Amino acid sequence: MADIDIAEEIPLPAQQRPPVVTSGVIGWLRANLFNSVFNTILTILAVYLLVLTVPPLIRWMFIDAIWSAPNGQACRAAMGQEGGACWAFIGQMWRFIFFGRFPYDAQWRPLFVVVIIIGVILASCDRRLWGRRLLLLWLAGLVAAGILMSGGVFGLRYVPTELWSGLPLTLILAVVAMLFAFPFAILLALGRRSKLPAVRIVSVAYIELVRGVPLITVLFMASVMLPLFLPEGVTVDKLLRAQVAFILFAAAYLAEVIRGGLQAIPKGQIEAADALGLGYWRRTRLIVLPQALAMVIPPLVNNFIGAFKNTSLVLIIGLFDLLNTANTALTDSNWQGFASETYVFVAAIYFCFCFFMSRYSQRLERTFNRGHRR
Amino acid sequence: MAVQTVATPSRPAPWRDPKIRAIAVQVVFVAVLAAFIAFLAHNTIVNLRRQNIATGFGFLDREAAFGIGESLIPYSPADTYARAFLVGLVNTLYVSAIGIVLATLLGTVMGLARLSSNWLVAKLAAIYVETFRNIPLALQLLFWWALLRGAAPSPREAWELLPGVFVSNRGITFPMPFAEAAYFWMAIAFAAGLVIAFAVRRWAKRRQERTGQQFPTGWAGVGLALGLPTIVFIGYGLPLRLDVPALRGFNFAGGTAMSPEFGALLIGLVVYTGTFIAEIVRAGILAVSWGQSEAAMALGLRPGQRMRLVVLPQALRVIVPPMTSEYLSLTKNSSLAVIIGYPDLVSIANTTLNQTGQAVEGITMIMAVYLAISLLISLFMNLYNRAVALVER
Repeated sequence: MADIDIAEEIPLPAQQRPPVVTSGVIGWLRANLFNSVFNTILTILAVYLLVLTVPPLIRWMFIDAIWSAPNGQACRAAMGQEGGACWAFIGQMWRFIFFGRFPYDAQWRPLFVVVIIIGVILASCDRRLWGRRLLLLWLAGLVAAGILMSGGVFGLRYVPTELWSGLPLTLILAVVAMLFAFPFAILLALGRRSKLPAVRIVSVAYIELVRGVPLITVLFMASVMLPLFLPEGVTVDKLLRAQVAFILFAAAYLAEVIRGGLQAIPKGQIEAADALGLGYWRRTRLIVLPQALAMVIPPLVNNFIGAFKNTSLVLIIGLFDLLNTANTALTDSNWQGFASETYVFVAAIYFCFCFFMSRYSQRLERTFNRGHRR
Repeated sequence: MAVQTVATPSRPAPWRDPKIRAIAVQVVFVAVLAAFIAFLAHNTIVNLRRQNIATGFGFLDREAAFGIGESLIPYSPADTYARAFLVGLVNTLYVSAIGIVLATLLGTVMGLARLSSNWLVAKLAAIYVETFRNIPLALQLLFWWALLRGAAPSPREAWELLPGVFVSNRGITFPMPFAEAAYFWMAIAFAAGLVIAFAVRRWAKRRQERTGQQFPTGWAGVGLALGLPTIVFIGYGLPLRLDVPALRGFNFAGGTAMSPEFGALLIGLVVYTGTFIAEIVRAGILAVSWGQSEAAMALGLRPGQRMRLVVLPQALRVIVPPMTSEYLSLTKNSSLAVIIGYPDLVSIANTTLNQTGQAVEGITMIMAVYLAISLLISLFMNLYNRAVALVER
């Protein structure tokens, strides 16, 4: 009884408005989209932008799109006035875009190459496998890929490198460039930090020269000047020349990444190695490099993404990578003028690879930083 | 007696002396390198002689005999190769300069948008960055080019993006004010306004240090830099006549036109580089710890002041060095113009060396030019970096 009396004596607070909803959909909207006048304006603008762009895009990609047609004219007739995407073109051309001019009946071979390379890349993502065995796996994978591509043994038909094209070529160029540039880059990075002036000057000159010029000039140099550099009678395959250009180019950029790792090693480590009586090479191999390389793995992945995207430049010197096969597919006389569809399709392929790798590198960075963050 | 055995370590044998070994290693290194270069040079000379190609830069004085689609300086096929190279260089610098400015704007806006407390804006910016960063630039250029050249309608049915801005397969046409004498004086007034604003800032800073009185330098500066040209503009009687593009026959007359090649290259470079700049800006602002903002708030600084006086100066230190390399890579990436046929330096050099066979000279020239540009941009940005760098005491 007494309790109730006391409760009745306390005056109720004056007519207060209920508190602002902070949970549920409305609370979320209020906190994230309409929390200030400026943000409300931004939200309205963004929604307007979305309304303007997304429905036409969806119409083009799905609703008005044509999924099968015998040729370009039929496709265009079927889509009528509105004009959707002609995915029938991709349906017709996807094998050419993926494998290009590789002999049609032997295209299972490049398919396997793609599977092998993607498999090895995925295996490399597992940190438990990092080490010497992974290197062996890479070499085995590349040898297998090389045998599958060129043939000539095990009853496989010989396929000259001029016919290598499409996605396998893109992957091979990127992967081989990184693998072969790596040792060269380590030497350059060590050279740049060397105490010997001659070695240091040459390393710095090489790194800065290559980083200062566009990749195209290095590619031109490889395709036009490399034949001039070689003794009379020696000719080098066009693909190999481009590959050399990518290796030389990637090495300069990798060297700078590795140098970052070398600089981050505490001086005490080197002094400790000296105190143990290790010479320069043993100190570098046993103490310095293992720590430096582990530190730079996330930027190395980013570098690999760059190398992967850069392979698309080989279309300038006439190699048929993924982008160039797509470009060539566009010139088919039965299917004229479906450039947007083709580029969107190829962009989606590049995006899948690069997005996966960049997400992976971000995750690695977070894992690596865990020890340094409080 | 024991002391004597410790003293005077004997000189090591010459093959064990680190100094002598260092010199020997370097001599061998340089000798091997020189031999390798000599081998390449010898082969090159032999090969060039066999192909009857004259070495040297004499070809630059010969007639180029090829046309160039667009040029900022007068050029005709009767001009020399040297002139053609100059046209390419100017085109490269032109597209890079505009690209750097626009990419910085786009990247900064997108980087800030990604940090916005507005969920929708942040997500849209993230989608922009993740999409365009992960697609090769060459592909993006081809896409924009196909859009402007192939998919865009003829001038008769051009898309009107904004009033007066037309996109057709002849390029992008937009209005431009007619040149007037007033504009020259307005530019002078603008420059004068900047100089005076700078002087006012120095005076205000000194007064604040002496007396503690503050002066709204920001508003005064804006007022001076914009107000003086406005006064000139009004004084001349508001001479603004827009040259609006209008359809005449099969193409637009009037206005300023951007060719599909230039448009595609510029859009591609800006959109691609913008993603990287956005990430740099975002990382730079995130690098300034939240405690700094809290301290600024505790001092009673308003949000604008907090950004201008506390966060930005510290963020810029993180932002400027990677920004330099983005500017450099934009300039180098402008060489992809060769894919879509915009006559930049590399594209013209490529034509030249196909015509003359002067591969060594052509590539040397391109490399020299890009190296010079790289060094200039680095120098400029290093100076700026020094200005914003931490002053350590």
